[in-house]
Amino acid sequence: MILRELCDAIGVSSGEDAVRDLIYTHIRDYVEAVRVDALGNLLAVRRGTGAVDLRVMAAAHMDEVGLIVVGYDSDGLLRFRAVGGIDARILPGTRVLVGPERIPGVVAWAPIHLNSSEDTVSIERLRIDIGVSSRDAAQNAVERGELIAFDSRLVELGPTVRGKALDDRAGCASLIALIQGEPFPFDLHVAFTVQEEVGLRGARVAAQAIKPDVAFVLETTACHDLPEDPDEPDQTTITRLGGGPAITVVDRSMVSDPRLVRFLAQTGEREGIPFQFRSPQHAGGTDAGAIHLTRGGVPSAVVANPCRYLHGPASVMNLSDFENQSRLLRAAWMALTPAVLERD
Amino acid sequence: MPLDLTEHLKQLSETPAPSAHEGPVRAVIQAAWTPLVDAFEQDGLGSLIAVKRGTGPEPRPTIMLCAHMDEIGLIVAEVRDGFLRTEKLGGTDYRALLAQPVLVHGRRVLPGVFGAAPPHMSRDRKKYPPASELWIDVGLPADEVAALVRIGDLVTFDAPFVKLRGERAVGKSLDNRASVAAVTVCLDELTRRTHAWDVVAVAAVQEEVNLAGATVAAYQVRPDLAIAIDTTFGEQPGVNDDVSFALGEGPTLGRGPNFHPGLFKALRQVAKDHEIKLQVEVLPGHSGTDAWAIQVSHAGIPTALLSIPIRNMHTPSEVVDLRDITRAGRLLAAFIETLGPDTLAQIAWKLPRDNAKEERTP
Amino acid sequence: MEALITKLAEAWGPSGFEHQVRDLIRAEVEPLADEVWVDALGNLICRLGEGPLRVMSAAHMDEIGVIVSHIDRQGFARFSNLGGVLPASLLGARVRFENGTIAPVGVEHQFSKRNEIPRLEGFFLDLPADSGVRPGDPGAFVSEALWQGERVIAKSLDNRLGCAVQIEALRRLREQGTPHTLFFAFTVQEEIGRRGAQTGAFALEPDFGIAIDITPAGDAPKASPSAITLGGGAAIKVRDTRHIVPGWVRDLMIARAEEAGIPYQLDVMMLGATDGASIQLARAGVPTGGISIPARQVHTRSETALRGDIVAAVDLLAAVLANPIERPT
Repeated sequence: MILRELCDAIGVSSGEDAVRDLIYTHIRDYVEAVRVDALGNLLAVRRGTGAVDLRVMAAAHMDEVGLIVVGYDSDGLLRFRAVGGIDARILPGTRVLVGPERIPGVVAWAPIHLNSSEDTVSIERLRIDIGVSSRDAAQNAVERGELIAFDSRLVELGPTVRGKALDDRAGCASLIALIQGEPFPFDLHVAFTVQEEVGLRGARVAAQAIKPDVAFVLETTACHDLPEDPDEPDQTTITRLGGGPAITVVDRSMVSDPRLVRFLAQTGEREGIPFQFRSPQHAGGTDAGAIHLTRGGVPSAVVANPCRYLHGPASVMNLSDFENQSRLLRAAWMALTPAVLERD
Repeated sequence: MPLDLTEHLKQLSETPAPSAHEGPVRAVIQAAWTPLVDAFEQDGLGSLIAVKRGTGPEPRPTIMLCAHMDEIGLIVAEVRDGFLRTEKLGGTDYRALLAQPVLVHGRRVLPGVFGAAPPHMSRDRKKYPPASELWIDVGLPADEVAALVRIGDLVTFDAPFVKLRGERAVGKSLDNRASVAAVTVCLDELTRRTHAWDVVAVAAVQEEVNLAGATVAAYQVRPDLAIAIDTTFGEQPGVNDDVSFALGEGPTLGRGPNFHPGLFKALRQVAKDHEIKLQVEVLPGHSGTDAWAIQVSHAGIPTALLSIPIRNMHTPSEVVDLRDITRAGRLLAAFIETLGPDTLAQIAWKLPRDNAKEERTP
Repeated sequence: MEALITKLAEAWGPSGFEHQVRDLIRAEVEPLADEVWVDALGNLICRLGEGPLRVMSAAHMDEIGVIVSHIDRQGFARFSNLGGVLPASLLGARVRFENGTIAPVGVEHQFSKRNEIPRLEGFFLDLPADSGVRPGDPGAFVSEALWQGERVIAKSLDNRLGCAVQIEALRRLREQGTPHTLFFAFTVQEEIGRRGAQTGAFALEPDFGIAIDITPAGDAPKASPSAITLGGGAAIKVRDTRHIVPGWVRDLMIARAEEAGIPYQLDVMMLGATDGASIQLARAGVPTGGISIPARQVHTRSETALRGDIVAAVDLLAAVLANPIERPT
């Protein structure tokens, strides 16, 4: 299962090599002009039938959030920081894989018998234990600057899956499926991007190179649909699991082009593909936030898989939502023409 | 004439040139670089762009060295009753300004001081006064001040450059004049070596204001590789060990998403080969330097960051070890010497097909 | 000009959804400009004249607004902000949606916590039944624009005043001529990150830029420190949080103001930035200045400005654009 391979692969922002190699093997027989740019983005072109004259970019990011080694304690424990946004509260007792050799480790946590404070312990004060007992041994095993990933494998739960890096290996998997299907009416310029989680970095240079007329980003987004506490303030769930792929209207990084939002919604309605709108209320940006501001501007839209517990080792995604992500985009792209971008 | 680093750094440090007002230090740098380079170019915001051509066949690839030349400073925001209220130009630390002598660049340069209520009077000595309560006193009657100073005039620190014991020195604006000096050292070294690639040295403007100068200079120059040179936190009490570095143990080389791993490894190797002391600085995200802007210019530029550790950053009394400046300059020159026709291919990311590992087995 | 400002201030155009105000401005400028078009992100661009120097003047069309985020357990709509919406300005405000629905803003604990101002999450929109308003719909505030003597009081003087100033300057320059190729850009999405100006400047490749906006005056009780006063004239930008105007650009504007006897004041504004911050970073860099109209009660429904300052801004912009723009060597 491509989704499993992708999620289990390790590719913390700036260290996406294994994921890139994997994606390459899945698309190489379907694309041309494959290259890796200066930041590590994997770029390629899925030739179309030539019926529509539009330069279309599709992007999904390869990187996952993780940690990075910054130092050693004298007793061999590793000091680290986050790469991308991580809530420090998920870390106590978490299993990790350190460095290119994937040395197993665990985030140490003082026993409750001895320390029951409820204050969040910041990442600066947490430590990773790889089993050595001296600074020298730690230095020999691991270099400062090496990346650390969550140690977690994809598990099928039924209608859902649980695993790490669904953000955004699910988007990558959908994009691969789209590439492997029938060609579109136009050439599709695909970008499997790097470093989205540390500032939408790869997407920006990919778009600056591709210079598209329009761009679509395949993402995975937050979903907070747990049982509500009636005493707590009423909050949006952002998206709902099982509600279909989520179209962004507005997020912190972008106002989606309203013409594209309308077009995607009409496509979903016409084809009977479920979809929802992502609530604008919460933090979060996507590669489209960078893409739409490149050069003279690029009308852009985002279609995302709702996913619980993002940015952790055990996210949960609904497989129907996931399938409908690529179904919705396939239907939209088959119907996409320059008329969609005309202004009324 | 051999480069006198101390003299050069003293001149750079004492020249007043805050963000968007870099003219005076631009002139100093241009004078120092003129005998070392072939030509100068312009961009839209006023960075100094110096070109030293290589010996390789055309078209020659370009490496850009970028060190911002602006310093933190202040700008007059209000003139009231002969006293001056200011706003920052760059990341000036207002907590370090009480009782500091300054220079107000009005119709003429006026010495002044950030006054404070005497200890006898201060109600609250547990907190530093906020910027809005800090007024500069130039010691003149209100009507004279109104005639000599207006909103928008610059204020810089009146802080001399002084050698300390050993190889250390204290001065203002070592962030980032120490790095500019390192580039001068590099350019000077290159006059005694040959290099195939073109070298473009940029003394960038306005780093302290959203990396503006590096952003547009990178667009203009469009290099194949880039190295930003900046300063980093020196070890001192009150500063976290993980993010600070010893003075005198060499410059730091950045490692993290902002830096191309191939370029990082190549520079680290050159340092090793030449026995130049080098420390590694892990930066998990935004590096806070020009490198962040340069990396995402055009279709992406492999970028590295070399930083010189200094203490007391963003105060008028920064401290540096001069040997770290020399090491940085020498490392840059030694690395530039290694650049050849295969460099870009060598550091490039590889796809499985490039590893010549074929998948079809009979 | 009063009628124009009233019409513009009352128009609907929250950040990202500026089409209504764009159509209005287009109707005003189409007879005045040599060429008019809409670019990739929705900026309205007018070209006037042909000369060696390409000059871009930018005024943003968008206003701060809200966007519905979800319907709560009781059926009231919750919202998020488009741009810098001050919670203190919300209670009792009215929001209009594109379909015409007008909803008042309510707040939780209206009486029981009446001395506290909650964050945006504590407010809600009171929508009529079957309003047709759904999550993702944008809204803008409703407020009548009033002139009283010299004063105008309205919502969105930030930045419909800037738009009006540009339109009037365009009108004047059409009459008196200009040595440059002038681009008047009515930009989108300034309030959410100066986005339209960023891509617009890249596309236009100007040699010189000016941003026209409002600037908060410092002459009200406990206002953020600023030497800007209502009635002090056109505000020539020295710097804001993301833009330091090059000395020669600022001095050029001062010179033009003094030559023509236009009242002016110097503006150090540390509460935010304007489109100029984006324009200056386009491509290889663009020397960029700013001319602003002083205003009080900024980002509320009763922003306040003076006619004299508005006229001074028009005069100054026209004076700068009608004359040579040269950096002294």
